[in-house]
Amino acid sequence: MNRHARRLALLIAPAAAVFCAFWLLPMVRIAVLGATGPRGLAAYSAIVTDRRYFDALVSTVALSVAVTVATVIVSGIAGLFLARNRFPGRGLLTAMLTLPLAFPGVVIGFMVIMLGGRQGLIGDLSQHLFGLRIVFAYSIGGLFAGYLYFSIPRVILTMIAAMEKLDPALEEAARSLGAGPWRVLRDVVIPALKPAIISSGAICFATSMGAFGTAFTLATRIDVLPLVIYTDFTYSANFAMAAALSIVLGVITWLVLGLARTLAGASAAAAG
Amino acid sequence: MSTLAQRLRFGPRLRFGLQLFVTLAACVFLVAPVLMSILAGVTRNYFIGIRSGLTLQWLAQVWELYRQTIYLSLQVALTCVAVTLVIGVPAAYVLAKSRSRLTRLVEELLVLPIAVPGLATGLALILTYGGLREFRASWLFILVGHVLFTLPFMVRSVLAVMTTIDLNTLEEGAASLGASFRQRLFGVIVPNVRSGILAGALMVVTLSIGEFNITWMLHTPLTQTIPVGLADTYASMRLEIGSAYTIVFFVMIIPLLIAMQMISGRRRPARIVETADAGAARE
Amino acid sequence: MPAPPGNSAVSIRLDGCGKTFADGTRALEPLTLDVRAGETIVFLGPSGCGKTTTLRLIAGLEAPDAGGHVWFGGEDVTALPIEKRNVGMVFQSYALFPNMSVAENIAYGLKVRRVATPMRAARVSEMLSLMHLNEFASRRIDQLSGGQRQRVALARALIVKPRVLLLDEPLTALDAKLRESLRIEIDRLLRELEITTVYVTHDQAEAMSLGDRIVVMERGRVAQIGTPQEIYYHPANRFVADFIGTMNRLHGTVRGGHLEVAGGRVPCDAPDGEAAELGFRPEDARVVEAEASGDLAGTVAAVFFLGDRTRVIVEGAADGLIVVESSGRRPFTKGDEVRIALRRETLLRLK
Repeated sequence: MNRHARRLALLIAPAAAVFCAFWLLPMVRIAVLGATGPRGLAAYSAIVTDRRYFDALVSTVALSVAVTVATVIVSGIAGLFLARNRFPGRGLLTAMLTLPLAFPGVVIGFMVIMLGGRQGLIGDLSQHLFGLRIVFAYSIGGLFAGYLYFSIPRVILTMIAAMEKLDPALEEAARSLGAGPWRVLRDVVIPALKPAIISSGAICFATSMGAFGTAFTLATRIDVLPLVIYTDFTYSANFAMAAALSIVLGVITWLVLGLARTLAGASAAAAG
Repeated sequence: MSTLAQRLRFGPRLRFGLQLFVTLAACVFLVAPVLMSILAGVTRNYFIGIRSGLTLQWLAQVWELYRQTIYLSLQVALTCVAVTLVIGVPAAYVLAKSRSRLTRLVEELLVLPIAVPGLATGLALILTYGGLREFRASWLFILVGHVLFTLPFMVRSVLAVMTTIDLNTLEEGAASLGASFRQRLFGVIVPNVRSGILAGALMVVTLSIGEFNITWMLHTPLTQTIPVGLADTYASMRLEIGSAYTIVFFVMIIPLLIAMQMISGRRRPARIVETADAGAARE
Repeated sequence: MPAPPGNSAVSIRLDGCGKTFADGTRALEPLTLDVRAGETIVFLGPSGCGKTTTLRLIAGLEAPDAGGHVWFGGEDVTALPIEKRNVGMVFQSYALFPNMSVAENIAYGLKVRRVATPMRAARVSEMLSLMHLNEFASRRIDQLSGGQRQRVALARALIVKPRVLLLDEPLTALDAKLRESLRIEIDRLLRELEITTVYVTHDQAEAMSLGDRIVVMERGRVAQIGTPQEIYYHPANRFVADFIGTMNRLHGTVRGGHLEVAGGRVPCDAPDGEAAELGFRPEDARVVEAEASGDLAGTVAAVFFLGDRTRVIVEGAADGLIVVESSGRRPFTKGDEVRIALRRETLLRLK
């Protein structure tokens, strides 16, 4: 090893050491632990064989997919609007839409309570308008609202950035060839945004799959996977099962992100 | 003919209106609860409403009960910045200098703690090191979780700047003038990646103060950060106290967000997305 | 060879079309202009003169201020958005769709018009051969050179047999040599197709060689409309004279039917005592030895040998420098005392 390589190895050693000692080793440990519980290796397949875990998986995936679709649509429209129009207050509007970027899950859960809780804004409004107090914070609607809350800002930012890179002449060219607004959206805008949609959609999905703080603050009735893991660990002291499920959940989110990166890269390359 | 013309002019206006509506609705959805919680935190009795009067009593109560969490959050966040600077900047330098398969792998690995749910990381840490009593009970246990979570952001932020400046030419230029490695590091490299270091540091502080998923698994009754305290309050205290505590959190986090937007300047949206959120699956 | 769309060529009429943008900028003063069917008209001017705005008004990408109307033949298209106007447009950046191949790009307009697949394929392949693009049909856009992209953009715009072809600085993004050869190709194409064409450029050479007529624009107004010859030989004002080619200027006072300038006297038909300005083109004068007869005396300041001709810069003959092109092989050098011989009939009175 020459002097240069030795220096580089020395410089990255501290980060590598921290990572190995506190992340890689513990992960390997719980991966092993997951297989050494009462169920043995079957703990890893329990997520599809055990009714309770499988239901949790299905509802978590369904919720995450729904949130991802809704977020991409809402953020796509808003991002398009903010990227294409110049008006006073646009900067402020963008800033407000990205404000919740650094809110932790617990705070987002609380925001949903402020909206749809027993003393929430929606309840006040519905009581006032229809004489009926709508409370949705503690149901699946609350989770949906919460996940939407943390997903929108991130996806909007990605959309604005992608839209600003899009040459307006492309849309004009399509129109000059006779394409109406929907056609332009389908043939020009969406293909150009595809890499951004894939990657931000994947992040949105993976985040929703692993979201704990929001669900922890809100969920009283719905079993999403992270809450099941937490319950098994804390209340049932079922360490092996919690470990196995954590690994499965981690692998799912990691795979989704990795797959999205490959796809987004490929479609970005295809889009030139 | 004129009705056709009118319809065609109406089309774009309708589309504009719909887009505006969706944007404003999203904005209200995100901002309204923030304003409401601020209001609730200074209202005497939120169930009755503002006519019950405004008060600072809830904020005072939060200060009384949860002062320690604020101190601890700041302590963890600042230490976390120091640690990620010391280990992250050199790591970024190595990743920028060498594009071998090994360094690519290292880059991929370092991002794993943000690609995998924090709950899993927390669980893994506690099942592995929970037995070390002293360590488990100290705030350092939380620090470890935060360093794992924030390190990728520091590395990416610095790396992003390093790849835009021509690091090799700069270094070779300095070396040709006789600068030693140490002189090159502090005289040339660090000053030129200052913006990345600053952005990274701000991000690390912001994320550390807001981290919940890992921290919740690692905390003890004596080591509570603000988000942990918030969860506690939301679950067991009256709404006004939870709201007042949330105000405290906003006061700490919002200036950091604004500072982050300001230093990344005009390219704000792109910068935050590229450096902060690349692969970060965290609520 | 596809059937030339020339038989369907329409005239264009702009009727009092002005454009004021939302921020209050007046991009175009109300303009009335007729473009004959099949004619190639070139809008020429510096950036910000309103030429692109005019093109976008014709295209339907901008709406004129109230009162303005755009006519295609007998049809008022003012309220029609671009997608209903049946125009072909070529953009400075080409705006080729990166998510489609060359053939897909060219076929796009037909696809939007729901032309049946076999017909579409036939028309695309005709267009590919017309533009010499056959071997690139399945290429991705990012695999093409600038000149190839330009031809794809033209093919894409032409395949729909547009009523009007609109070209927005189509050659600006190319290097000089390629620009020249594509200019010839575009010229050939426009003559063959006999399509009404509006061409926007800031390059006077492009304007002169392609335009049946040229509209010179300055700060949102038309400075002059005319054939290239009219514009070159009879510029309407100083702006046009300066913008097209090189114009030498003689500024002085008239005395006894002559304009008096630093280097001598030049005939000028104006009343005594009036301050006047005359102009002439570099190729309309000759540089001769100081002893020979000539109108203005001066000193050679610089000589540029250009191969087919020599450009001589003379100082001291007028207030500014005088540029003369000489095709002879007489070698002048810097510092030579010379005279400039003018041809009376080429002197222009500048206003």
